[in-house]
Amino acid sequence: MPQFIDRRLNPRDKSLGNRMRFLKRTRAQIKQAVDKAIRERSIGDASKGGSVSIPNDGINEPFFHLSDSGGDRQRVLPGNKEFVSGDRIQKPNGGRGGKPKDASDDGDGQDAFSFALTEEEFLDILFDDLELPDLIKASLKDATLSQYRRAGYSNDGTTPNLNVLRTMRYSMSRRLALRRPRAAEIQALEDELATLRLNESPDAADQRRDVELIAEIERRKRLQRAIPFIDPIDVRYNRFSRVALPRAKAVMFCLMDVSASMGEREKDLAKRFFILLHLFLKRKYDRVDIVFIRHTHEASEVDEQEFFYGKETGGTVVSSAIEEMISIREARYPVSEWNIYAAQASDGDNSGGDTAYCIELLEANLLPLVQYFAYIEIAERSEGGGWGSGNGKELWRGYAELAESAPNFAMKKVAAPADIYPVFRELFAKQKVKGAQP
Amino acid sequence: MSGATLKAPATNHLFEGADWDFPLMQRVYDAVREVAIDDLGLNVFPNQIEVISAEQMLDAYSSVGMPLMYSHWSYGKRFVRDEMMYRKGYQALAYEIVINSNPCISYYMEENTMAMQTLVLAHAAFGHNHFFKNNYLFQQWTDPNGILDYLEFAKRYVAECEERHGEAAVESILDAAHALMNQGVFRYRRATKLRLGEYEARRRERLAQQAESFSDLWRTVPQSASAREPTLSEQEANERKQRLRLPEENLLYFLEKNSPILQDWQRELLRIVRNVAQYFYPQRQTKLMNEGCATFVHYHIVNQLYDKGLISEGALLEILHSHSNVVHQSGFDSPHHSGMNPYALGFAMMQDIKRICVAPTEEDREWFPDLAGREDWRGALRDIWANYRDESFVRQFLSPHLMRKFKFFVLGDKAAEKEYSIDAIHNADGYRRVRNALAETYDIGSQEPDIQVVDVDLLGDRQLILRHKKQNGIPLAEGSRDKVLKHLKRLWGYDVRLQEAAS
Repeated sequence: MPQFIDRRLNPRDKSLGNRMRFLKRTRAQIKQAVDKAIRERSIGDASKGGSVSIPNDGINEPFFHLSDSGGDRQRVLPGNKEFVSGDRIQKPNGGRGGKPKDASDDGDGQDAFSFALTEEEFLDILFDDLELPDLIKASLKDATLSQYRRAGYSNDGTTPNLNVLRTMRYSMSRRLALRRPRAAEIQALEDELATLRLNESPDAADQRRDVELIAEIERRKRLQRAIPFIDPIDVRYNRFSRVALPRAKAVMFCLMDVSASMGEREKDLAKRFFILLHLFLKRKYDRVDIVFIRHTHEASEVDEQEFFYGKETGGTVVSSAIEEMISIREARYPVSEWNIYAAQASDGDNSGGDTAYCIELLEANLLPLVQYFAYIEIAERSEGGGWGSGNGKELWRGYAELAESAPNFAMKKVAAPADIYPVFRELFAKQKVKGAQP
Repeated sequence: MSGATLKAPATNHLFEGADWDFPLMQRVYDAVREVAIDDLGLNVFPNQIEVISAEQMLDAYSSVGMPLMYSHWSYGKRFVRDEMMYRKGYQALAYEIVINSNPCISYYMEENTMAMQTLVLAHAAFGHNHFFKNNYLFQQWTDPNGILDYLEFAKRYVAECEERHGEAAVESILDAAHALMNQGVFRYRRATKLRLGEYEARRRERLAQQAESFSDLWRTVPQSASAREPTLSEQEANERKQRLRLPEENLLYFLEKNSPILQDWQRELLRIVRNVAQYFYPQRQTKLMNEGCATFVHYHIVNQLYDKGLISEGALLEILHSHSNVVHQSGFDSPHHSGMNPYALGFAMMQDIKRICVAPTEEDREWFPDLAGREDWRGALRDIWANYRDESFVRQFLSPHLMRKFKFFVLGDKAAEKEYSIDAIHNADGYRRVRNALAETYDIGSQEPDIQVVDVDLLGDRQLILRHKKQNGIPLAEGSRDKVLKHLKRLWGYDVRLQEAAS
């Protein structure tokens, strides 16, 4: 008799272990491929995982096999149409023996090995050696809040925490068990006694009944007194205990200059940086809010669509955006609950004298509160990939001093899409090397 | 047509729709079994039929079809590739996988319709199963009773080694062993050790034979140069080789026994890889026959079921559609051509043998006097399934009729010449040459390099000397050769040299 077995409900991912081994072995190559992918793809798609291909070195499985070329061999092929014995056929490649090239030199016959990564794996590799600045500090100290959570019942506590329902339930069961007379029962007996006494000429039976009733009422009242309605042993209180909560919320402020000097290219670069930052924060925190603040000579909070595509013209006063951010932060994002990140993108223009005010605002009101403040300057195309700071523009020069004194302030220049990711990595690299020049 | 559909005949079809469930599978299994055992006379292991999902099929793919396997990154590599191919639709999954074990485990995809399940039941649970149980190669080289237990042991052992010695250390040994897997099988049974009595008897027999055929005249024949007394160093070398039982073609076995640097657990790992390779060795030699047998069996069974009225016309058509996809052979000039399709040739040859038995032509009587007109084609086929491998099967049973049908021709490719030559075609002149050439392509011995350990001086420099015996001047592929030699060096610990020698 055959044995039928339904295996479909067996645990899945039997190959997961081997898959992990494979990824581990090819970690370095995959990382390169992922880095390349994120540079080439639009960033919205980049996070979706998908296929990567890596060079075959290190993962080929060589074995002894015969070469495709050289020597004498015979092949038997089906589907003869016109050949007869003795026919000669010109070899391709002017007769340099056999196949055009020795394709399967490593047993696999491919130069690159391509396969699909899941989104999870893709992002893990993407953010491999990045770590949020001060994240450790934040997660060890401020990142934990504590909250009172209900944790069952206790026998002692304060009156406000009395759990009436629970207390009454115990009280009732105790009263039932000890047969405490109910008030209604005693009332009934007393009523009976009253009606009996209304009778003006009681006979002997009535008198006997009278005595009985008085004794019974007396007995029950005594019982009622002896067995309290609520005894201290019935009382239950709600119990609360402190539970540490990870601070799983982050808010990301995106500040951007949208004055006329910011063209399509500049905005696009800024957008990519913001998206990457958002993606990164999303992985670290359960909830990430984004606040978009755009500014010309005055700042306003807008939605994403408006932020990237809205049309606005005017002068450039950077401090207006910073002021806006300060007020929004104060109104909605208390530091006790939120991790605050800010990223500012600008082409570096600012109206004269405003930069000093910006720095003052940042130093006094923001930098002590935020986890990180990143400033990227969209450089001219001609400046190349440079994070060679040069002299920079007004804002750059001003911030440069700030960057040296404030550890949670960083600044970079970006000139082309391909620069975004390296800059991003540099900004968030585990060990920040100040002033590292390529 | 409409008249026929209006009529609602009382059928005894086993199933109508595409859906299947286990009670239905059981009923179909019983019907299939009846034909397989009572009609075809197959002899099978008990079946264990497991239904799995597509994901599980991918898992099974990556562990070379086995239900359990030790961990290694290369299986992960296979998995990620197959998974992508499948998800992107480049590659469909097999309908079934069958394992040479007792009980015979076969996997069926849950997506299959009932008609497809019928087909694969007949194909795997009876066709392949019968072949595994009866073919001499499998009987000689595999142990279906023990393979699952052995793999269980292997998995546990590898895991333990990883725990004790670290993943990297285990991985490097397994990598190297995998590279030598094809050179890790015994191709021939070893001579059984004689008992002392038998040995004596044989020696006496040999002496008697020598005495009988002694002729004093031989003494007068001058000795040739090659027959001179071996020098001292040659004698030493001969003794040394004899002690190590050289030459040895099972490289993994040789390393396992003689490597100067391996530790015990490393030797055990080599042994595991070697045993797995040996287990698959018969399968590599019988792909054509195995598939031919299974395809023939399912074809016969579903037709019988249809004739008995047990499956509907619709189901038969679905099965035949899939069957004819499987046995399609494209010509050499088709863009789809990728060599001989073992299903196509195997099935055609089985059908042809049946035809020769039942309705032979004059030509068949001349070529196959033993088969032609033999009424019992079932017995004839069973006999063939039991006693041949691909190479001998083709060499023996490929008929002129089939060669004409497939329009075979032999293309000669000599490195020294600027042109290919047509060496033979499907005509009276060429039949035997086509057949021999085709049989040759199924001979693992000629398709895989012949590499042997020929010498090593364990007391001297310990250089391991391998010899590749070139056949028809075909060299080893260089890139992979050097990489494998590196692996080999890791296992041997000392220098390794590979000589190429013309045969």
